Amino acid sequence: MAQKININLQHVTRVEGHGNIVVNATNGKLERCEWQVPEAPRFFESMVRGRHFSEIARITSRICGICSVGHQLASIKATEKALGITVSEQTEKLRRLLKHGENFDSHILHVYFLVAPDLLGVPSVMPLAESHPEVVKRALAMKGLGSRWSSIICGRSTHPVRIVPGGFSSLVTEAELIELKKSILNIVPDVEATVKTLQAVVDKVPHFERKTEYVGLVDTVEYGLYDGQIGCLMPDGQKTLIDVEDYRSVTNEWVSPLSTAKYTRHHMDSYMVGALARINLNFQQLHPEAQRMAQELGFSVPCYNPYLNTIAQFIEAVHSAFTGLELIDSLLAAGMRDEELPVITPRAGRGVGAVDVPRGILFHDYEYDDAGLCTSANCIIPTNQNHANIQGDMDKLVPEMMRANKSQPEMELHLEMLVRAYDPCISCSTHYLDVTFVK
Amino acid sequence: MSIPKVAFFDFTSCEGCQVEIANFDQDLLKLLQAVEVVEFREIMKETCSAPLDIAFVEGSFSREKDRARLQKIRQRANLVVAYGSCAATGGINALKNHKPDYKYKVEVYGADATLPHLETQKALPISAAIPVDLAIPGCPVDRAEFVRLVSDLLHGKAPTIPNYPVCVECKKKENICRYELQDTCLGVVARAGCGALCPTNGIPCEACRGFVDNPNVDSLVELLIKTGMQPAYAAAKARMFTANLVEE
Repeated sequence: MAQKININLQHVTRVEGHGNIVVNATNGKLERCEWQVPEAPRFFESMVRGRHFSEIARITSRICGICSVGHQLASIKATEKALGITVSEQTEKLRRLLKHGENFDSHILHVYFLVAPDLLGVPSVMPLAESHPEVVKRALAMKGLGSRWSSIICGRSTHPVRIVPGGFSSLVTEAELIELKKSILNIVPDVEATVKTLQAVVDKVPHFERKTEYVGLVDTVEYGLYDGQIGCLMPDGQKTLIDVEDYRSVTNEWVSPLSTAKYTRHHMDSYMVGALARINLNFQQLHPEAQRMAQELGFSVPCYNPYLNTIAQFIEAVHSAFTGLELIDSLLAAGMRDEELPVITPRAGRGVGAVDVPRGILFHDYEYDDAGLCTSANCIIPTNQNHANIQGDMDKLVPEMMRANKSQPEMELHLEMLVRAYDPCISCSTHYLDVTFVK
Repeated sequence: MSIPKVAFFDFTSCEGCQVEIANFDQDLLKLLQAVEVVEFREIMKETCSAPLDIAFVEGSFSREKDRARLQKIRQRANLVVAYGSCAATGGINALKNHKPDYKYKVEVYGADATLPHLETQKALPISAAIPVDLAIPGCPVDRAEFVRLVSDLLHGKAPTIPNYPVCVECKKKENICRYELQDTCLGVVARAGCGALCPTNGIPCEACRGFVDNPNVDSLVELLIKTGMQPAYAAAKARMFTANLVEE
C-alpha cells in the first residue's frame, strides 16, 4: 500500500485548456483527490445578449478553437428552430459531411498529438519527429486532411465563415468535392497504418473500469453526431431517449468549488459524454469498415474503460472517413444546386440545437426578441458534462493504485492519461449560464 | 547561430490559434527546422528553463492573477509576440467589457457569483500587462502571415502588418461590395491581411483583426445606420471584435 502521495500537477499538459490534478495521502490514508478547473471564465452567454441572430454562431464559435465547426452547427440549428427556418436536403447533407470532417480532424489531433506520446513513452510528438518520422508525417498528413476537409466546405476549419442560418453563404463546388473524395481515399493507407501502430501499443492503455451512465445523440439517419435525440445508457443496458428540448432534465447543472465550470449529473452521480459514450450507444450504426477495425483493435461494447475513449475516437475517425466518402458520392449523384439563401424575417422565439461534437454532446439554447436580437443564451459544453465523471474515475482509480503499490510517478502518469483520455476542452467548458427564461 | 528557441503560452482564449500550428501538414516539419519549440503546454509535456528567443502568447489578459505569469514570460523571452486577436487586442473576449448593462458574474453564475475562483476583470490585450514586441492579429491567425512575420523576426527584418482596410483586398478579389448586396460590412475600417476571407465567402467582415490605425468609427456607425440598422445596434456591431479599440 502506497503510504505517502503528494501529487500537484498544475496545468496538465497536452490538453486543451487549464486543469489541475491534486492528490494527497499520508500514512496510506487518502486525504485529497481532486480534479480542478481553474480556467479563466469568458461569459459567452452574456456576450451574445443583444446581438443579432446573424452573428451569434460566429461569436459562439469562438468558445472553442478545436470544435468551432460543431459550435457553429449547434448554434445555427438553435437559431433556425427559434426563427422557424428549415434547410434543404443538400444543406443538411453538407452539414453532416462537415460534421464528419470535424470529427476526423479533432480525433486525429487527439489520438496522435495528445495521447500517442504516452503510449510511445515520450513527452510529446516533438521527439517522435526524429525517432518515428513516419508516424509524425502520417499524423500531419491526416491532420492536414481534417483541416482541409472542413475548409473546403465552410471556408476555414477554425472559426468557419460560410455556415449561416438557412444554409451556406458560399457553396462548395462539385470539383472541390471530387478533390476532397480523392484526398480521403488517399488517406485510407494511413488509416490502416494507424491500426497497426495502435495494435502495437494498445496494451499500454491502463486496465481500469468504472460503470457509469453514457449520454450521446441517437439518430435514426446515421450514427449519432449531427442530429437526433439524447440517448442515455445505464450500466444495466437500459436505454432512454429524451428530446433535445428537454436537455436540462439530463444535464442538471451544479456548481463545484473546485471549478469555474459547472458539473452535471443525471441518473447517477456523474455521466460520460464523447466517443466512448456514442460508441456504447450506437455501435451497430458504425460503418462496416469502422466495425472491422474495432475488431482488429480488440474493442467491443459495452466498454467501461474511460482510457479506451482514445480507441473509440480512432474508430469514429475511420467511421467518419468512410461515411464522408458515401456522403460525397450521394451529393455528387444528386448534383450540386446553387440554392438561394432564404429571406429571414425575425420573430420572437426560442430554439435548442444539439450536436455531438468530438468531445461529446453539445447544447446551444437561445431566445430571440421580435427584432431578431438575442435576449438569453445557454451553452452546455461536453467537457463540462465530463468533469464529474473524471472526478468519479479518480476517486476509484487512486485507491486502486494505492492498493497496487504504484509509485508516485506512475500514479501521476496514469492520472494525466486519464484526464487526456477524456480529451477535455477546458477553455470551452467554463461557459455555462444558469438562466431563467423570461416569458 | 544556434537554432532559435520558441515557446507557446496560453491565457484567456479558445486556443484555436495554437491549434492552427497543427494544420501546417508537412510544412510543419520545415518550420521545425527553423525553430526549436521548447515549451507548448497544449501539445507538449516538456518545459524549459533556458532563455527563450521568442515567446508566442495566445489569449487575453483578463485576470489580475495572470499578470505574474505574463511577467515571468517577459523575463524569460527576448521577444514577446501577442499571438492572435485575443492577445493582440482582447479580441472577442472584450465583447463583455463595454456592455452598459453588464452584470456578467450574476448573469452567468447566479448565486455562486461571489466564489473567489470566478474572479475576472475586463478582457485586455497582453500589452496591458507586459511590453509586447509584435502583435499578430486574426481570429484565428492567418498561417501564411504568421510564417512571414516569424521569418522577418528571425532575419532581423522589421515585421509589417497591413495598415489599410480589408476593402483594398476585397476589391483585388473582385468581390461585389456587401453594401451593394444590401448587407453591412466592417471592411471599410478593418485591418487587412486576411485576403478579405469573409466577404469572399459571402459574409460581412467583422474586423476580427482589429481596425486600421485611427479608424473613423463614427463614420462607420453612420454608414451602418444608413443601411437601416438601429443606432444602438450599429454601435454594438462596430465593436464585435474591437471593443477595446472603440471609445465609449
